[in-house]
Amino acid sequence: MNQLIISAATEGEVNPLMPNLWEMGVVLAGFLILLFIVVKFVVPMFEKTFAERAEAIEGGIAKAEKAQAEASAALEEYKQQLTDARAEANRIREEARAEGAQILADLKEKAAAESARITAQAHAQIESERQAAVVSLRSEVGTLATTLAGRIVGEALNDDARAARVVDRFLADLETQNAGAAK
Amino acid sequence: MHLPAILPWGAAEGFSKQMLLVLLSVVIIAAFFVLAARKQQLVPGKLQFAGEAAYGFVRNGIAKDIIGGKDFIKYVPLLFSLFFFILVNNIYGAIPLLQLPTFSHVGGAYVLAGLVYFTWIAIGLKKNGIRYFKLATVPSGVPWFILPIVIPIEIISNFLVRPVTHSLRLFATMLAGHLIMMIAGSGIEFLVMQENILLKGTSLLVLVGAIALYMLEALIMVLQAYVFTLLTAIYIEGALHADSH
Repeated sequence: MNQLIISAATEGEVNPLMPNLWEMGVVLAGFLILLFIVVKFVVPMFEKTFAERAEAIEGGIAKAEKAQAEASAALEEYKQQLTDARAEANRIREEARAEGAQILADLKEKAAAESARITAQAHAQIESERQAAVVSLRSEVGTLATTLAGRIVGEALNDDARAARVVDRFLADLETQNAGAAK
Repeated sequence: MHLPAILPWGAAEGFSKQMLLVLLSVVIIAAFFVLAARKQQLVPGKLQFAGEAAYGFVRNGIAKDIIGGKDFIKYVPLLFSLFFFILVNNIYGAIPLLQLPTFSHVGGAYVLAGLVYFTWIAIGLKKNGIRYFKLATVPSGVPWFILPIVIPIEIISNFLVRPVTHSLRLFATMLAGHLIMMIAGSGIEFLVMQENILLKGTSLLVLVGAIALYMLEALIMVLQAYVFTLLTAIYIEGALHADSH
């Protein structure tokens, strides 16, 4: 070191700002070689790893996002299905209710018709029975009346044909009287 | 200032220790990064991790942050090579026995600053055409009557002073550190040689000071490599985006 300083001191004319051309050449050559190696090998290698790593990470993220999207799609689908099922159930219930009402109405109608039919039948029956009663009554009353009249009159009104004529005439008179009174 | 040459042995001119160290730095850097990058795995090992951290420091910490955009990757090789070339060559000054930061000799600093100078001018011309010189020297938004003052200043500061400061900053810090180490070393040697025991003892004080300065110098070595690369990135960015400055 001492020698260096001494040599530097003795070489007093050396200007530190004046470069040594050989040194410049060596630095230039060395730096260019390094730059070449870096451009050719180092940077591509590192960049490749960086890109791969970024891709791996982004790929993982993309995969996770895809899974999440799928899950939410499935959830959406289930919700949709649930809504559909509820709507379906409502619809079926409504239908059943409507059907029940329909059946009820039908039954009511049928029952009304039946009752009307039964009533009509009853009426008819009553009418026919009344007719039969009237007929039988008429003949019986006739018989009783003639018998009674015969007994009272003492004369045999046994001539049935005549008696029937008399009774009929009487009844017809009665009916016309009734009809006249009704008028 | 010149070290004795290795070939021919001891001559003032020739293949010196400094030149050997420059070539050695190329081998060290290339070997380290090629080894670190050779077995590329998604989950890095220790060596690969160290390599990636160093590479990512220049790539993301300097190139991406300063230049940005999509094309910053084009300039990563230059910035990366500059940073580690200067770093290793500076650190030589802190290694016992080597004790020679390459850029304490001004030639290397001139070469690198010159390379950077022509690189950013070429980038500016390629990007903006010949209009680049106008963009680089006529700042926008300055009143016309100030322009006669501003334009010469811009020309001097951008095209004349910039490469000089760029190279001399590196050279001067390295030379100063180198000189301080040498002076401290020879001062200690001188004091230890003294007959007077008290005078001999003062060499300890110098030693303490020298160790502190050695630490400072080691910091400056790293810092200057960073500063040189950072400035390069700033110059390139300025050339790329001359129209927006």
